[in-house]
Amino acid sequence: MSSPSAVTRPKVTIDGNEAAAYIAHQASEVIAIYPITPSSNMGEWADQWSAEGKTNIWDTVPTVIEMQSEGGAAGALHGALQAGSLCTTFTAAQGLLLMIPNMYKIAGELTPTVFHIAARTVAAHALSIFGDHSDVMSARSTGFAQLSSCSVQEVMDLALIAHAATLEARVPFLHFFDGFRTSHEVAKVEQLSREDIRAMIDEDLVMAHRARALSPEHPVIRGTAQNPDFYFQAREACNSFYLATPAIVQSVMDKFARVVGRHYHLFDYEGAPDAERVIVIMGSGAEVAHEAVEAMNAAGEKVGVLKVRLFLPFDTEKFIAALPATVKSLAVLDRTKEPGALGEPLYVEVLTGLAQAGVSKRVIGGRYGLSSKEFTPAMVKAVFDELHKPSPKNHFTVGINDDVTHTSLNYDPAYSTEVPGTVRALFYGLGADGTVGANKNSIKIIGEETDNFAQGYFVYDSKKSGAITISHLRFGPKPLHSSYLITRASFVACHQFSFLERVDVLKYAEKGATFLLNSSFGPEEIWDHLPLTVQRQIIDKQLKFYVIDGYEVAKQTGMGGRINTIMQTCFFAISGVLPSEEAIDAIKHAIKKTYGKRGDTVVQKNYAAVDEAVGHLHRVKVPDKVTAQFDIRPAVPANAPEFVQKVTARMLAGEGDELPVSLIPVDGTFPSATTQWEKRNIALEIPVWDEEICIQCGKCVLVCPHATIRAKVYDTAYLEGAPSTFKAVAARWKDFKERKYTLQVAPEDCTGCTLCVQVCPVKSKTEVKHRAINMVAQAPLRDSEAANWDFFLKLPETGRDTLSMNQVKDVQLLRPLFEFSGACSGCGETPYIKLLTQLFGDRTYIGNATGCSSIYGGNLPSTPYCTNAEGHGPTWSNSLFEDNAEFGLGMRLAVDKQNEYARELVARMGMTIGEELAEAILKADQSTEPGIFAQRERVRLLKEKLVGAVTLEARNLAAMADSLVKKSVWILGGDGWAYDIGYGGLDHVLASGRNVNVLVLDTEVYSNTGGQASKSTPRGAVAKFAAAGKPVGKKDLAMMAVSYGSVYVARVAMGAGDMHTLKAFLEAEAFNGPSLIIAYSHCIAHGYDMAYGLEQQKAAVNSGYWPLFRYNPDLVAQGKNPFQLDSRPPSIPLKDYIYNETRYTMLVKSNPDHARVLLEEAKEDVASHWKLYDYLAHESFAAPQEVKK
Amino acid sequence: MIDLSKTIDLSTTYLGLKLKNPLVASSSPLCQEVANVRRIEDSGAAAVVLASMFEEQIELESDELDRFLTEGSELSPESITHFPELTHRVMGPEVYLAHIARCKQAVKIPVIASLNGTTKGGWVGYAKQMQQAGADAIELNVYYIPTDPDLSADSVERTYVDLVRAVKAEVRIPVAVKLGPYFSNMANMAKKLEAAGADGLVLFNRFYQPDFDLESLEVVPNLMLSTPYELLLRLHWIGMLYGNVKPDLALTGGAHSATDIVKAIMAGAKVVMMTSALLKRGISYLDTLSTELLVWLGEHEYDSIKQMQGSMSRNSVPQPRAFERANYMKVLSSYASR
Repeated sequence: MSSPSAVTRPKVTIDGNEAAAYIAHQASEVIAIYPITPSSNMGEWADQWSAEGKTNIWDTVPTVIEMQSEGGAAGALHGALQAGSLCTTFTAAQGLLLMIPNMYKIAGELTPTVFHIAARTVAAHALSIFGDHSDVMSARSTGFAQLSSCSVQEVMDLALIAHAATLEARVPFLHFFDGFRTSHEVAKVEQLSREDIRAMIDEDLVMAHRARALSPEHPVIRGTAQNPDFYFQAREACNSFYLATPAIVQSVMDKFARVVGRHYHLFDYEGAPDAERVIVIMGSGAEVAHEAVEAMNAAGEKVGVLKVRLFLPFDTEKFIAALPATVKSLAVLDRTKEPGALGEPLYVEVLTGLAQAGVSKRVIGGRYGLSSKEFTPAMVKAVFDELHKPSPKNHFTVGINDDVTHTSLNYDPAYSTEVPGTVRALFYGLGADGTVGANKNSIKIIGEETDNFAQGYFVYDSKKSGAITISHLRFGPKPLHSSYLITRASFVACHQFSFLERVDVLKYAEKGATFLLNSSFGPEEIWDHLPLTVQRQIIDKQLKFYVIDGYEVAKQTGMGGRINTIMQTCFFAISGVLPSEEAIDAIKHAIKKTYGKRGDTVVQKNYAAVDEAVGHLHRVKVPDKVTAQFDIRPAVPANAPEFVQKVTARMLAGEGDELPVSLIPVDGTFPSATTQWEKRNIALEIPVWDEEICIQCGKCVLVCPHATIRAKVYDTAYLEGAPSTFKAVAARWKDFKERKYTLQVAPEDCTGCTLCVQVCPVKSKTEVKHRAINMVAQAPLRDSEAANWDFFLKLPETGRDTLSMNQVKDVQLLRPLFEFSGACSGCGETPYIKLLTQLFGDRTYIGNATGCSSIYGGNLPSTPYCTNAEGHGPTWSNSLFEDNAEFGLGMRLAVDKQNEYARELVARMGMTIGEELAEAILKADQSTEPGIFAQRERVRLLKEKLVGAVTLEARNLAAMADSLVKKSVWILGGDGWAYDIGYGGLDHVLASGRNVNVLVLDTEVYSNTGGQASKSTPRGAVAKFAAAGKPVGKKDLAMMAVSYGSVYVARVAMGAGDMHTLKAFLEAEAFNGPSLIIAYSHCIAHGYDMAYGLEQQKAAVNSGYWPLFRYNPDLVAQGKNPFQLDSRPPSIPLKDYIYNETRYTMLVKSNPDHARVLLEEAKEDVASHWKLYDYLAHESFAAPQEVKK
Repeated sequence: MIDLSKTIDLSTTYLGLKLKNPLVASSSPLCQEVANVRRIEDSGAAAVVLASMFEEQIELESDELDRFLTEGSELSPESITHFPELTHRVMGPEVYLAHIARCKQAVKIPVIASLNGTTKGGWVGYAKQMQQAGADAIELNVYYIPTDPDLSADSVERTYVDLVRAVKAEVRIPVAVKLGPYFSNMANMAKKLEAAGADGLVLFNRFYQPDFDLESLEVVPNLMLSTPYELLLRLHWIGMLYGNVKPDLALTGGAHSATDIVKAIMAGAKVVMMTSALLKRGISYLDTLSTELLVWLGEHEYDSIKQMQGSMSRNSVPQPRAFERANYMKVLSSYASR
């Protein structure tokens, strides 16, 4: 065994996920995973290392497999464990819950394994991807031991301790750490060596595990079914193993101390040896408490924190022993909530332990930090202060304002324990601009080039287009326990000038801090362009203010719009953390490491940008008084509804943490249509209509992913009072000849994706580059177009009953009931959803699988589903990832049952409501828009007649009358749901015969969790878990559904056939049974300019990769072939489609030979599929002719 | 039956390389596959010029990879990236250089690497790497279309000369220059390239001029294979230059038959390069051509290729003016007299 002092281990700057994955990969043979935030990266690391041929400590490359769900991963793992392998997995939240059945089995069979958990909130009233302990606490009864890490270093250390201990204890382990706060925090840690890992893993125990494996060479049977005579005793037979586990863990921790030098205990106490008040806590919050305890004791208090490492099995004896004898009162903090329980799990465990040991102490329990809610030293202090009170609050909360049940503790936000000498830097960047990546490099540079401790944490907003990222960097000579966001920054950088009008970027700048701004305004002119709040803070806080025109430097050095390394260089130049030349060298080294694999040209351009940066950096002479006449814009306009003003606006302004409980809906129900109030102004250029050459085809309106370009036809009289720049021309409709037509853009909601321009079929006869819509700089047009947009919204909508729903030209006039979502600019999914809402939105239920569409569809602060003038619109909900088809089916069952009962009541109550009306309602033909409109009118009359009715039947009918209007149920989700995790349920729902419409937004990859392969991923495409190119073909989900013969199925691609898409939506909705539409959705994860998304869709169809078809079972009865192949035979080579996309070309570059093989196979896929479709399309379904005798 | 190959010597030299005949497969996508290069050798070609490595393309692909990997990153806390990490350097000349090495291993005939650069550093750097990878010679494929109206002819010509000089200064292996015919004085340009150290001139590059799609109103690429009519321009300039410049002359573009090859050699070409004919008729057409070449030489009682090389160049014909302006006038008048 090596002596700890004799070994120099490398210092690495990594995040918690990488730390856990590093140990897990080294200490495992089989790794089965399924992606789920925030644990996905652990699986990705493991997969990457295995792909690179990195071996474990037994010098063999671990097998990594991505499964179809966490349930599947746990099942595969269970099998691999039983067959004798050393196994691990990574998961979080619902993923862990899906593993629970197998966890009972694995623990019941006393099988050593470690599951690494980036602990995350289990969705309750809402989904949250962020961190708390509700998932691991839900797994308490499985029989897994639970070991908790508080920091990135501990993640690496305790991961190894878990892997070592499980082998000896034979009890499986959950090793958990806080999702995001620890899983995604980048920190400088000491990396354990392979020798360390080898020293910790006892080979005899490994052999014992192997010896217990199932094997036909020495067969045993495991997994029996047992009966009342036997099961109970058998369940108790494992007791001794659990009793022994804490001591085993401690002995492994002791061994770790001998090998590595860091000595952990089941419970580690930090603080005054004679403390009277102690907080008991686990996870990253313990680090915060540690920092606060040190500060409070330095200020003369006597407090302490007990960090719980082994939560289960809970060792009361060791717990009590770890506490100073002087302790009088304990506050036990849980990062979870168990409604209805007497207390949260750690509190209950502590209380029970003390009671059982006969130890009497005052113990209070409280909740903190749910869903990554900030937990700060100020809150720790509030808890200690509470313990001081004669009657401290029990079951308290801290970090929120509970003004309803008054559980919350007051705290002083100004209380700070930031360690003096620590540099604290905040960087405001734009999503995808590389700011986060550059800051990660900066942390690595500081961590690895200096003796400083370093920490980085990165916060993203909830939108995928125009998102703001905030990087929090700390570094200094002392260890960092600050697991909370920076609120006292000594350096603030704003990489986008436009943020200044949206966000108070200087809110957290401390006095005398440095402010670096990227701006096209030079040092002499910048002052006059700053909002009032910014100017005031620069003066009041005496900030050192620098500007650089990063975009100019980027332009000059061939970097395009990329300013990340330029701003990074300025940070080093100003902060002086490293000598200038050393810093430049380190940045260049990091550039080479980060971008080198992408080619030398990329490296050289970045080098040039670095070299040019400092020369363009200017210190601004700050005037002594505020001169600005404008300020940060209000988050929402004054005419927004009350809820939006009181709640949504606060979240938009970054003040959501301050919202009291009383303002929060109690059950997760929110008003819809709130994105309209959030004017994000993220487009640098917006489309401008050339009304002279426009043919009013409506294609631009159809494809706009964010519903920011719209058309109306209206009577001329409505133009009265129009703004002077409002455009209107004669409508080019046969039936609306006398009316006006306007195509209007929402300038403050447009994302500037240019899809509308790309799809415009009109080209000027004098200059072909000029189209009927053209991109123009937004800023000069913003105010006038905003006024035009407001005027446009007030124009009446065209009557739905006057339009032909099967014409794109007419559909453009239907109001979208899905608008301004936070989807990526140029998103390929949202145009389909928008179309759905235009056609059926006023009577639609939507069940939405978790994924991109649930995030841009339902992520607060603002949501995009909205209502028409009558207040009707889609009603939307998300249940889970795996159950969405069943969830939607449930909606259908309810709607159908309500309709059935309402019809029964109408029939029974004919006398009351009038026989004529009753009959009209019951016999209504709702197959057309006018038919639905007429039924709505009848239902309105019915409800009028029922007003004041007192019989139970009448009240029931009044409550359910709306169900008499035809309802449309849509089940939405991506391919991860439909092809993988939700496939079983989807299959069942399709087989149910019920009238539901399934829309699969097929991006062929798990887009929302970062590009992992699904069974929809095509052969030859590179994705995570298919880094060498997907070796097998895409599942033909459409044909699987066709095989039932009773399901309407369509495969569509809007860019290749907008009319075809429209037809498919109408037919699917009209089909009285299950329908499945698989919609080609171009995606940022495909790796090309999204402006060409529609062109790519065309290429996909023309190459034969994505044949368009419709299968309509209704046609059989008409003697027609239900299978209609709607696209022509392949007319371009497959490579002309696929090699436009990085997901394919990456493989061509990294492994050309393999790419060639996969291309040939993919070509065969196309040919064989086409052959099958063509055959089906030419089958005869005509009734056989009678044979004349 | 007389075995013509034993009595007629088809061998030639090009860039100092001894070749068994003047047939060279020119730079084309065909040469991207090692198997094709092997078939080219098997079918009788004496040398092969690999498909060009375009510095601009390497840069563009690098930039695009970088752009799309970046654009798909840092979008949300759930999708910080959308692609797996690259496991090794994938952008750069490595794939091309490895191809040179693999071709060298696969065939015995000389392998000439082709390079299209955009920066001086790129030309020189990549040429050195090609040499290291085992190329027997380098063809600098200067495909350059000036669009700046302020750029003078002199500057353009200087660019050519400077880059040839720079490459020659850094590599040991022979360097040929493939260029287009659009110079005010092609012969003068050839002399300048000679002075810069060019070992060979490959005449001429074909410029792929885009077409207009009148329905979509788009400028579309238009790749047309060469036709025998294009041979005449090449014959003209090779005939003009032969004997007046030192670099070996190679004819490329428009040679489709054995008689075309004969004409090229008689004009003064050391080798004849072909792509379109092979794309149209297959690689095995090389075999047919060498047989037909032998037959032609046999029927016309030539002993060797060398014997006819330059035999109809401007210096070797009785009426050199046939190559000059008078020829133009005669052609016009011949049309007029019809």
